[in-house]
Amino acid sequence: MTTAPLNRSSVRGSALRRRALKTRGSTLLGILFLAIMLFPIYWMVNASLQPSGNTLSADFFPWNPSFDGYEKAIADQGRNLLTSLIIALGAVGVTLVIAAPAAYALAQFKFRWISWAMLAILIAQMIPGVVIANALYAAYNNLGLLNSIPGLILADASHAIPFAILVMRASMMSIPASIIEAARVDGAGQIRAFISIAMPIAKNALITAGLFAFLFAWSDFLFALTLTTTDEVRPVTLGIYQYLGTQVSNWSAVMATAVLSSLPAIVLLVVAQKYIAAGATGGAVK
Amino acid sequence: MTSLSTDPAVASSQRSGATSEQGAPKRRQGFWARENITKILFVVPAGLYLVLFFGYPVVKNLIMSMQDYTTKTFFTGEAPWVGFQNYVTVVSSNLFWPALLNTALFTVACIIGQFVIGLALASFFNRHFPLSRFLRAMLLLPWLLPLIVASATWRSILDQDSGILNQFLGTFGIPAIPWLTSPDVALLAVILVNIWVGIPFNVTLLYGGLQDIPEELYEAGELDGATGWKAFRHITWPNLRPVVSVVLILGVVYTIKVLDIILGLTNGGPANATQTIAVRSYQESFVNFEFGVGAAFSNILILISLVFAVIYLRANRRAVDE
Repeated sequence: MTTAPLNRSSVRGSALRRRALKTRGSTLLGILFLAIMLFPIYWMVNASLQPSGNTLSADFFPWNPSFDGYEKAIADQGRNLLTSLIIALGAVGVTLVIAAPAAYALAQFKFRWISWAMLAILIAQMIPGVVIANALYAAYNNLGLLNSIPGLILADASHAIPFAILVMRASMMSIPASIIEAARVDGAGQIRAFISIAMPIAKNALITAGLFAFLFAWSDFLFALTLTTTDEVRPVTLGIYQYLGTQVSNWSAVMATAVLSSLPAIVLLVVAQKYIAAGATGGAVK
Repeated sequence: MTSLSTDPAVASSQRSGATSEQGAPKRRQGFWARENITKILFVVPAGLYLVLFFGYPVVKNLIMSMQDYTTKTFFTGEAPWVGFQNYVTVVSSNLFWPALLNTALFTVACIIGQFVIGLALASFFNRHFPLSRFLRAMLLLPWLLPLIVASATWRSILDQDSGILNQFLGTFGIPAIPWLTSPDVALLAVILVNIWVGIPFNVTLLYGGLQDIPEELYEAGELDGATGWKAFRHITWPNLRPVVSVVLILGVVYTIKVLDIILGLTNGGPANATQTIAVRSYQESFVNFEFGVGAAFSNILILISLVFAVIYLRANRRAVDE
């Protein structure tokens, strides 16, 4: 570099500087786009911190934050939030227990009908929820599963199971058959090989599937709406819907509940970004 | 495995199979061999689940749509067979054609909006600049929130009198628009909100597609003078085509069944301006308790999805076969 002619290095320098300027411009533009896209979420948080009498005519920034909305939200919806949490955790358990072995089998065993199974899973993902709700209502009514947490857990798992199988299978496909075979030679049964070899290797996919199972069940509205008929079991999504049902009388409480219901998604996106990003592409295409 | 049966470790792994240890020749062969049964057990729970929670509902819907299935059915257990009567009711109902038209408008408008904005943002993020990964990940947020939360938030933003959108437009002298209360604009408002929800999904898939286009193609194109728009037309678009078709078809399949957003924003109103087939199906079953009619509506929905599912599977065949 020291021997390079002066003018040449300065040309390169200015090109680099122009490039640096361009990337900085891109970053600023990116922040602007994100700000526009996320504005409604900002507005939700802002509205939740406004004094409750002050219906909607909110300031642009909560200069005097009031937590009245949150007090009301927790008083009204605290139990519903807990219900949602229990259902979402239950759905994670059901999803992983059902989907992980299936994903392993579809990735490692040479069944002749695998392509048919994959087809069925892809189609299952496309069936409208209202079709499932329509049939489940009658069945649940007969089985006494309406207004029950187990009923909702099982139904909510339907949001995630096909997706979870696809995501975990994709990851378990990459486990070399020789590793499994070696474990089998060492005396491990199929089940041992699955639990102590495949599961640790596919850990990331397992986490991704679990996180999405949680988010899907937590966000579920349709099954909450159709498979409950009383106040007994009431997920928070339904609580929000009821807030919205008639003329909204207390916007800050509605928005506070909305913020509380958004917390899992926000926290997971920040803390577990890697897994969320993997899941966003994972289940959709393959 | 049989060739290794002298290995004591393998023998011990088979200890639970009582007959298999000494009577090697007697071991059952073929489909019902113990090995195969274990393998099958791995898929039984998932298979059972898929049958009960996807297969059964589809079949049950088909049957219900041919029955006079109402609240009474739950008390008497009787659901008289009515053949295609429910479908006649559906097609001749006042709301069917408007709902079908709304479904088409909603779906097409949402797909176009999400796709165009999604592709623009995906191309933008494909430039890789400081923070681009982080910003792109944060962009997923609208998609991860519960849809009913999105509805609630947008209800406040779109409020005619005090919503921030009308206040904002007001500074340009635009009079307050009754977004969710006027039949003229309600469908548009619902479409805008659903586009907002769908953008992240489009960005993610299209960004993945853009990433898969080899850099060398652009370098070669640059030598031939293909930059900017030309590069997009002659390099990006042709190479992105497979991903584009998947994104569009999946978009259709996911958009025609949208229910949460519409119920949360307008409940199908005002004056039925945002009725779609999915909303009709829900309301017939769970508001009017005409389960047979609701099932007929949802079967029409399935039929439309199925057409696009077939197109999707053909477009995506390579990915499935892999």
